[in-house]
Amino acid sequence: MNSSLRLRAGLVSIVLLAAFLGVWHLATRSTAPVTTMSPEYAKLMGLTATQGKSAMPGPLDVGAKLWDHLKRPFYDNGPNDKGLGIQLGYSIARVGAGYLLAVLVAIPLGFLIGMSPLLSKALDPFIQVLKPISPLAWMPLALYTIKDSSISAIFVIFICSIWPMLLNTVFGVASVRREWINVARTLEVGTVRRAFTVILPAAAPTILTGMRISIGIAWLVIVAAEMLVGGTGIGYFVWNEWNNLSITNVIIAILLIGVVGMLLDQILARFTRMVTFPE
Amino acid sequence: MSTFDNPFDPDRNLRAGCACGQHRSALEHEQAESALRCEPIESEDKRYEGVVASAVMRAMFPQDMARRAFLKSVGASTALAALSQFFPLQTATEVFAQGGAPEKKDLKVGFIPITCATPIIMAAPLGFYSKHGLNVEVVKTAGWAVVRDKTINKEYDAAHMLAPMPLAISLGLGSNAIPFAVPAIENINGQGITLAMKHKDKRDPKSWKGLKFAIPFDYSMHNYLLRYYLAEHGIDPDTDVQLRSVPPPEMVANLRADNIDGFLAPDNICQRAIYDGVGFMHILSKEIWDGHPCCSFAASREFITTAPNSFAALTRAIVDATAYASKAENRKQIAEAIAPANYINAPVTVLEQVLTGTYADGLGGVKTDPKRVDFDPFPWQSFAVWMLTQMKRWGQIKGDVDYKAIAEQVYLATDTKKLMTEMGLSPPASAYKSFAVMGKTFDPAKPEDYLAGFKIRKAS
Repeated sequence: MNSSLRLRAGLVSIVLLAAFLGVWHLATRSTAPVTTMSPEYAKLMGLTATQGKSAMPGPLDVGAKLWDHLKRPFYDNGPNDKGLGIQLGYSIARVGAGYLLAVLVAIPLGFLIGMSPLLSKALDPFIQVLKPISPLAWMPLALYTIKDSSISAIFVIFICSIWPMLLNTVFGVASVRREWINVARTLEVGTVRRAFTVILPAAAPTILTGMRISIGIAWLVIVAAEMLVGGTGIGYFVWNEWNNLSITNVIIAILLIGVVGMLLDQILARFTRMVTFPE
Repeated sequence: MSTFDNPFDPDRNLRAGCACGQHRSALEHEQAESALRCEPIESEDKRYEGVVASAVMRAMFPQDMARRAFLKSVGASTALAALSQFFPLQTATEVFAQGGAPEKKDLKVGFIPITCATPIIMAAPLGFYSKHGLNVEVVKTAGWAVVRDKTINKEYDAAHMLAPMPLAISLGLGSNAIPFAVPAIENINGQGITLAMKHKDKRDPKSWKGLKFAIPFDYSMHNYLLRYYLAEHGIDPDTDVQLRSVPPPEMVANLRADNIDGFLAPDNICQRAIYDGVGFMHILSKEIWDGHPCCSFAASREFITTAPNSFAALTRAIVDATAYASKAENRKQIAEAIAPANYINAPVTVLEQVLTGTYADGLGGVKTDPKRVDFDPFPWQSFAVWMLTQMKRWGQIKGDVDYKAIAEQVYLATDTKKLMTEMGLSPPASAYKSFAVMGKTFDPAKPEDYLAGFKIRKAS
């Protein structure tokens, strides 16, 4: 039963994809030349103007271009033109750096806040105000104070991924079942040991859910941040191709951003499954 | 006549004969000045060799009479051979061309991907930076504000900026006041007013009330030229039309999406709109003011004082590249050199049309104007004064303005003149020149009178 469901779902997915590509292909077919123009003039004009080619590329154009990129993902033609593999590498490295910093800060801090009702109440207003700020709103401030655009980008990742982790850690730590803590207390387990052997395993699923939300947000934000500061990364690639009005390359970048985002999410999802326990 | 005459010509006077000391007579000086500003000699090495040889001849024969007699009696080639034997002309030339050793060799220069940046960009692939002993990385940047911030943050040692930006930064408009300087203008002309295809029959600016226009940045020649053009036709740019600051690449997309009716934009963007069939060229900016500056090469005062030799080498490279770009026959090669994704990232056809001046106008015609964009490095201080008058006219600066002091502080005409002379180019004698914008003459000595002559301006 289960496998047949999966088969049917797969089939529907393929049909949907085919329908989407078909509609896309039909919608972007070139029309006949709109006006007649002298050949001398036509030579100076683009295909959109001369052959009525749609400004939107079709799936075949995108496929061909994607193949081009996949064939040589790591070329390096100087500071402003690098292969997609390198650009993605830069983006992932930035996300990794900002995200790890956020983990290092958010989880210990979350533990502290979650274990102390006083701190929890005292810090709550600050967290509530800081949490909803769009990470990109920090960008000008970061650029101004840090005076380095690549560190600013990492800072933006840090600041956007810290909140979900922090809140989830606080929540997970605070809602560990009383009985478990009481049992530990009766057995005279020290605070540090209690934190690591009782609270941490109990709160781990919630914490990892927070980390999973964070990585998603971080990946969303890096693209926008790189479009702003430029230089390297997949966001810069989108901006550079947008500059050239190359919609084909922009679509390819969108596709890859989606795939990488999915992979990052899947990795965290796997970790979450590893620490989940049946109650 | 250029300044690079043969130093072994017995008839040539090596002593000053005119104001700048580079010409035999004042008349010749005038001719050189009115000719192309920076006419490069067939080979750069030859040019430096000429300059050095002149200096050596001058040192050996302080009297012109004696030198002439010597040259007449032995002949130029013998003199050159004799001279080279006991004076290492070759080495001296090399030392001269390099100047002092640069304090910092690895430099980063930011640019915006438009054809205005041609000299800055092409100096990398065509080797002008390395020729002057520098290892320069040219970095593409997302927008004018980012270029400004990255240069202020010292991520870039120098950068491509709109000509009014260094003035604005030095004055603290739109940022903290940080002294900036312009050793060279990048390009003159090279912009255009592009309108959406639907306004094909609306060519009279008087009928443009209510339209939406895009400009690249508030502190740009584009802003001032468009405002000037509109105001001359009786349209108040602040109340009758909408002006929006839009990054150049988004202009074409916005024009296609019908969000704007037109723009005064840097080139390759205007031509790109035509290439993609969404707009047509209403006028070239050159029709508003022929020879207007557009973009500049700028660096902070701090960089200039901490690394004067690097700065001088950088300026030399830029001046050299600008001289190269000013020659029509080099333009095709330049278009191909700067088109790849690493630099401007645009179709070669578009760049060629901009640089060679033979272009499709978007209405089915092919036009030719070799001066559509041109390159001239000299930072005229009168340009700066004009920009300041417009900043004041449109309320960007308020109160009294010391036009001359600001212009001279930011536009380094004196230093550039010295460098150009050393390089064997012929800079103009004065840093101020008068010019006409839409038929109205601008006298740099009387900016306030000029300003008072405008009917349409922001009420202050």
